[in-house]
Amino acid sequence: MINYFGYLFDSANWHLTGDSSIPERLGQHVAYTLVTLVVSAAIALPIGLLIGHTNRGAFIAIALGNLGRSLPTFGLVLLLVTIFGVYQWPVIVALVALAVPPILAQTYAGIRSVDRSAVDAAVGMGMRPMQVLFRVEVPMAMPLIISGLRSALLQVTATATIAAYASFGGLGRLLIDGLNRNEYDQIFAGAVMVALLAIALDYLSAAVERAVVSPGVRERRGRLFSRSAASAPSKTSAEETAVSTSR
Amino acid sequence: MITYVRNNHVEIVDNLVQHVWLSLLPVVIGALLALPVGYLAVRKRWLYQPVVNAGAIIYSIPSLALFLILPPLLGVGYLSALNVIVGLTLYTLALLSRTVADALISVQGQATQAARAMGYRPIRQLFGVELPMALPVLFAGLRVATVANISLVSVGALVGSGGLGNLFTGGFQLGFVEAIIVGIVLSMLLAGLCDVGLVLLQRWLTPWTRTGART
Repeated sequence: MINYFGYLFDSANWHLTGDSSIPERLGQHVAYTLVTLVVSAAIALPIGLLIGHTNRGAFIAIALGNLGRSLPTFGLVLLLVTIFGVYQWPVIVALVALAVPPILAQTYAGIRSVDRSAVDAAVGMGMRPMQVLFRVEVPMAMPLIISGLRSALLQVTATATIAAYASFGGLGRLLIDGLNRNEYDQIFAGAVMVALLAIALDYLSAAVERAVVSPGVRERRGRLFSRSAASAPSKTSAEETAVSTSR
Repeated sequence: MITYVRNNHVEIVDNLVQHVWLSLLPVVIGALLALPVGYLAVRKRWLYQPVVNAGAIIYSIPSLALFLILPPLLGVGYLSALNVIVGLTLYTLALLSRTVADALISVQGQATQAARAMGYRPIRQLFGVELPMALPVLFAGLRVATVANISLVSVGALVGSGGLGNLFTGGFQLGFVEAIIVGIVLSMLLAGLCDVGLVLLQRWLTPWTRTGART
């Protein structure tokens, strides 16, 4: 019988300052993930808003979204590291490249999904383009924008784990080092920690979503069972499926 | 690039074949399991939210972690291909059981009421009316699951069975960019091909969706 929990419950691996202890790896993982998410959002959100608002270059957003979904993340990380050498920055670039498509595509889709009559009303009330964008379109598109950020977050958390294979830090180190040394209790510790982190981040982002989505917009989306059954086949379901995909 | 492909076509084709069955077998098993799960979630409404929540939790677990948590649960070694297959099946099931439930809910209405009024029993109503009407939504979910699985299989290269992912790890260790590029291109082509195949299959299975616009 293998002791699966040996590494995970060994207090020697939980020193806060210790070299390559579990808390340090966890901190690295969170830091890399958040930095990547902020950089990706800074790139993808403005472009997605622009494309959605003007509806120009829509094919870019759609093609990028589809391309990003079929791109093997592991391959992209190893490709950039092989070309540019084993440093941290090619991995970060790869992570950003993987996080941008879902954010951009969902931001675009969110802005386009806003009821046109609401936009027309805003224009009719004399709002300037920027006011229309930030007071009407963005709040109503918020659920989809956040879902894009959430799937990007999951994607980055998962890919940062695999990137440990290319000497990247974070919790993936426990998995990769354990695999190299044939120590399953270390692998198991890493796998459990990564899974818990991903679930925790997802719950946290769900809480953020509840905080930033206006109650009025949430009400409109929440009616699954009460929706008039005679309406067209559920489009939201297909959309939501498409949202929760990329990793 | 061409010389690389010419010299290694046996290895490349072997990895491609492995990639195909490692990614598509879980889609098939997962879809078959998702049908009863999704159906139950609709029939027993209190099951709906637990099914959705469990699916979201499973889907948020990174693939490498899932592949490596499974060995003690399945009682196999951590380099067994079973871990990758079961892991990807779980992702497919998590994604599709919700899709099935939402699709079945979305088709409730005049057609199902008419079927009941004509004396259809629940099972016949499910297979004769509800499932065919739900096909467009089901296929949307199936396409997403298929494409996601194909891009995820390569992670399996770290735990012994990765299909085209073996080209990534091999290329990385030898500093050989061509192998990685060939792997990425083939993986994306495979995803695109399967996606087109599913679209064509859906068109063939749901001829009424194209004429519906006129009525």
